[in-house]
Amino acid sequence: MVLQAIAFYVFAFITMASGAMVVTSRNPIYSVLFLILAFFNAAALFLLLGAEFIAMILVIVYVGAVAVLFLFVVMMLDIKITALREGFLKYFPIGALIGAALLAEILFALGVFGSGSTTITALDRAGARVGTMENTRAIGQVLYTQYFYLFQAAGAVLLVAMIGAIVLTLRRRPGVRRQRIGEQLFRPKDQTITVVKVPTRGGVS
Amino acid sequence: MPIGLESWTLARPEIFLAAVTALLLVYGVLRGEESTRFVAAATTVALLVTALLIFIPYRQGTAFASLFVVDRLTGTMKALTLVGAAIAIPMSQSYFERVKVWRFEYPLLVALSSLGMMLMISANDLMSLYVGLELQSLALYVIAAFQRDSVRSTEAGIKYFVLGSVASGMLLFGASLIYGFCGGTAFVQISRALLDGKAGELGTVIGLVFVVAGLAFKIAAVPFHMWTPDVYEGAPTPVTAFFAISPKIAALSLTVSVLMGPFKPLFAEWQQIIIVVSVLSMALGAFAALRQPNIKRLMAYSSISNVGYILLGVASGTEKGIQAMVFYLVIYTVMTLGTFAIILLMKRRDVMVENVSDLAGLGRTQPMMAFAMMILMFSLAGIPPLAGFWAKLYIFMAAIEAQLFWPAVLGVLASVVASYYYLRIVRAMYFDEPAEGLDRMTFGVNRAVAIAAALLVAVFSLAPQPLSLAAAAAAKGLFP
Repeated sequence: MVLQAIAFYVFAFITMASGAMVVTSRNPIYSVLFLILAFFNAAALFLLLGAEFIAMILVIVYVGAVAVLFLFVVMMLDIKITALREGFLKYFPIGALIGAALLAEILFALGVFGSGSTTITALDRAGARVGTMENTRAIGQVLYTQYFYLFQAAGAVLLVAMIGAIVLTLRRRPGVRRQRIGEQLFRPKDQTITVVKVPTRGGVS
Repeated sequence: MPIGLESWTLARPEIFLAAVTALLLVYGVLRGEESTRFVAAATTVALLVTALLIFIPYRQGTAFASLFVVDRLTGTMKALTLVGAAIAIPMSQSYFERVKVWRFEYPLLVALSSLGMMLMISANDLMSLYVGLELQSLALYVIAAFQRDSVRSTEAGIKYFVLGSVASGMLLFGASLIYGFCGGTAFVQISRALLDGKAGELGTVIGLVFVVAGLAFKIAAVPFHMWTPDVYEGAPTPVTAFFAISPKIAALSLTVSVLMGPFKPLFAEWQQIIIVVSVLSMALGAFAALRQPNIKRLMAYSSISNVGYILLGVASGTEKGIQAMVFYLVIYTVMTLGTFAIILLMKRRDVMVENVSDLAGLGRTQPMMAFAMMILMFSLAGIPPLAGFWAKLYIFMAAIEAQLFWPAVLGVLASVVASYYYLRIVRAMYFDEPAEGLDRMTFGVNRAVAIAAALLVAVFSLAPQPLSLAAAAAAKGLFP
């Protein structure tokens, strides 16, 4: 129990600290790297909760894909960080206001949940079926049966996202050299290699 | 829980549409740009066949572990959505060919968003509601920006995307509160929990407010309408026509099935919200468009005010109200399709124009099209005995029966104000001197749609009974 508490405080502290570093560090690359650290520690927190599936998904999706994408974008955009900082004071009041509203909402929700409402037990009942099974297995058991419909529909959403990205960005420019693997492979031998007799100390011209 | 055969037969229109879209996508990718004509025609046919599949043979019930529900109301709404989408595709061809973006992805995205609309109309669970809504919206964001070399079109796409994401966020926030307080996402579970005494809890009501706000954004009701004029103006005109029809029908149907289904026990709470939203939409739709020179923006405000009237039917919460809503939606679809068909025909020296003043003198130069436009405008204004008048009359009757006197009176007043800008178009056509006449409106799909819409309006004006009976049958789906 003590060990878990220590682990929790360590992970939670590192998550918060790296979250703060994400917004304060001057170099955007450092920000992204701290973001990755924050993701990792959040994944560890999920592991402590016994939600190993979400932990792994967090590492695979957020660290593996999203953070790397951020890194690419930051490097490609060549952001001038000083220019970004200029608006900081101007936007600070509205940002603080929104932050305060969010904090109040979270406190309110926690308060209502904690105030003897029966809803937590309702949620527990919903989860009772799962029992002691590890949650990857539990998700697997319902994802392709009970929630098959949602799974397929989510697939359709991803298809639309793919079509959309291609439609809006792919341009066929004339004169661009493209690799045609079929043509490459079908070239006969005499077009692709020439056999040269190299004289001693002569070299190939 | 295994998925029985019953699920597949109930969802066969959706499965058919998804399968055909996937096949046409592969065909389009393999054949490239020259396949567009075929893909567009095939998608149109597929959408119409899907609409037929809903009713032949008609089945009802819940499917896929009760994530999905089919009844008379959802069937009718789906058919209306699909017909709107099917007509919108051929209507767009000439426009997109002119701006050289007639690509095979366009009809497919329309089909996929129609699929999303079908899923959201049939939603019986907060999760299927959200997935359907996202499928629909994502495809719509893309087609708003479809004319990607035009700054206005991409701006419309981005604006729609960002604001739509905010609305989705609000909806999800509300949905998670409801899940937390009711202990389930299925509509049945929610209504059972509400009847068990969860109705009084503050969290549930806050959740309801956020869900309604998210839905109000999707139907462009005041105060969540800000995106509508900009997106309608910026998006390519045929896309605007599609936006004004199918997504509206689907989102309104979803609103009704959410409010009248799981949240029926909270009727007193949501009725106030819907009345306020409805009255504000009618008023803003009437006043904001008064001095609007751009006809696409004008139609955006017109659609906002029409949504206000439809919501008044919803707010009455009775079978009569839902019947009036279905009736109104059918008439609205016909009028909007016809009007946009004429807007798509407005050209001067082969350049598309979109101002009200450009219509000046149309009554003399092209009497037939001007007459069709006049019928549509009179009907939109709700002048008796045209179809739009019957639609509004049914709504007001339902509202008065539900004791909503003040909203009904305000609705009538707003409709008087709104008739000014519809009549302004008629005045421009018949009494203004044309600076330079519009090009002769070409024969083709759009002309046919415009004339057919005007004829349909005339038919519904003379004989509203059959349509009203059909609407009553559909409304029965919600009140078994």
